[in-house]
Amino acid sequence: MLIFLYLPIAILIIFSFNSSKSRALWSGFTLDWYKMLFSDKEILEAIQNTLIVASVASILSTIIGTAAAIGILKLKKWPQKIVMGITNLPMVNPEIVTAISFMLLFMFVQKTTGLLEQGIFTLILSHTTFCLPYVILSVLPRLKQINFNTYEAALDLGCTPLMAFWEIILRDIGPGVITGALMAFTLSIDDFVVSYFTSGATQTLSISIYSMSRRSISPEINALSTILFSLILILLLIVNSREGKEKKEKKQINKSSSM
Amino acid sequence: MKKRIVLSPYLMWSVFFIISPLSLIFLFAFTNVDGNFTVSNLKNVFIYSDVFLASVWLGIISTAICLFAGYPLAYCVSRTKPRIQKILITLIAMPMWMNLLLKTYAWVTILEDNGLINKLISFFGIERLTMMNTPGAVIFGMVYSFVTYMILPIYSVLIKTDKNIIEAAQDLGANQREIFFKITLPLSVPGIISGISMVFIPSVSTFVFSRMLGGGTNLLIADIIDMQFLGSAYNPRLGSAISLVLMALVFIFMGIINSFDENKAEKTMIAL
Repeated sequence: MLIFLYLPIAILIIFSFNSSKSRALWSGFTLDWYKMLFSDKEILEAIQNTLIVASVASILSTIIGTAAAIGILKLKKWPQKIVMGITNLPMVNPEIVTAISFMLLFMFVQKTTGLLEQGIFTLILSHTTFCLPYVILSVLPRLKQINFNTYEAALDLGCTPLMAFWEIILRDIGPGVITGALMAFTLSIDDFVVSYFTSGATQTLSISIYSMSRRSISPEINALSTILFSLILILLLIVNSREGKEKKEKKQINKSSSM
Repeated sequence: MKKRIVLSPYLMWSVFFIISPLSLIFLFAFTNVDGNFTVSNLKNVFIYSDVFLASVWLGIISTAICLFAGYPLAYCVSRTKPRIQKILITLIAMPMWMNLLLKTYAWVTILEDNGLINKLISFFGIERLTMMNTPGAVIFGMVYSFVTYMILPIYSVLIKTDKNIIEAAQDLGANQREIFFKITLPLSVPGIISGISMVFIPSVSTFVFSRMLGGGTNLLIADIIDMQFLGSAYNPRLGSAISLVLMALVFIFMGIINSFDENKAEKTMIAL
């Protein structure tokens, strides 16, 4: 099963070092595709666009989503149910429906007002929207655990609301916020369907891979996937070791408090 | 007062970017070019009923394969030691983070007529196989890409199963098979259900595999939606109507599958 899961990735990596353009025959080791990748303007621009969209969308959705989670928690039962229902909509809806609904919106606004021409700005708007529910759902469980009395106590002791929020609430929900932001970032980088319908003429990585796959893919893409995969591997290792550390620290705190 | 301030940006955002886009789908689906109410768009969806049937059928097959391959795997992983479990689950989940199009493209190089498999078997003197541009290839792509969505929820339910119940059953003389079919399997139904919906919904609504592995010969729902918006058959009104039907299909599916969950949960409660 693991072989089945990793076979295509392994093949991408192996053939990124292949000196001929063939996708099936091995003819010697080379780093040429990596060199070509870093001088290919089209791909570099796509990478740049992807990173801009992913960073802005993940920051925006993290800020709006975290604030929303706090607001949602304090709502009464029925309003809360309604807001959560709306939040879940983009997650349950098939991706392509969400994508074309954005496209219709941007088309409609452009026709009536002349604003929102499809490009990097509309990409950011749509990516922020589909990232929001993931941020909210990773912050909410953390929020439910925290004790708001500490926050009130901080206010009584002379903290400004903003300071109290920064020092107390954000510290407690911090891991949830970070998870949400990371999720938003990776979702945005990986997205193809929504970008495909809302990007206009702007290229993102997924879109250029897709359009290349319809013509012929240059082995540069293999090199790119090798780099991406290594980055993901490093990121996961960091996250895992952080988790490990956190657990150890918690254990120590528990030990010392039980003593 | 404060809750309004923190919630209002999100509420405004969702009115503008969740509710109004979806309303536009309804609006486009039920109006003609002059802006008058019509149901003809919706009627025209029936031209594509074959495509709908084919998509649902492929979705069912790939979901079934994911279930029958994913469940035993999740079960085996949940039986190993916690340390090994963690490593295995990380290994299973990691390919998920790799770009879907890149993985699918890699399968193209493996499966195509001059691809790796055919090179390998012709080396042994076996005749070449045509694997690309078949429904099988499309299903294969779906299974490869979505099987993880089946494994993870089932696994997370399986590790939460109360070991005491299993021990009690053993003490009362149940054998392995009885324990599995009468305890483990029923208790893992919530995991199976979320697995099924997480595989089936993307399967019925994707066009990546039908394009890249199916060669555009096996049209799926998403292909015809794409055709109405960015393709040759430009007609956003029909496209909206198709999307509306797809959305309805998914919500009906969710309703059915979730009611199944509640029934089961109640039954097991009574049985316990």
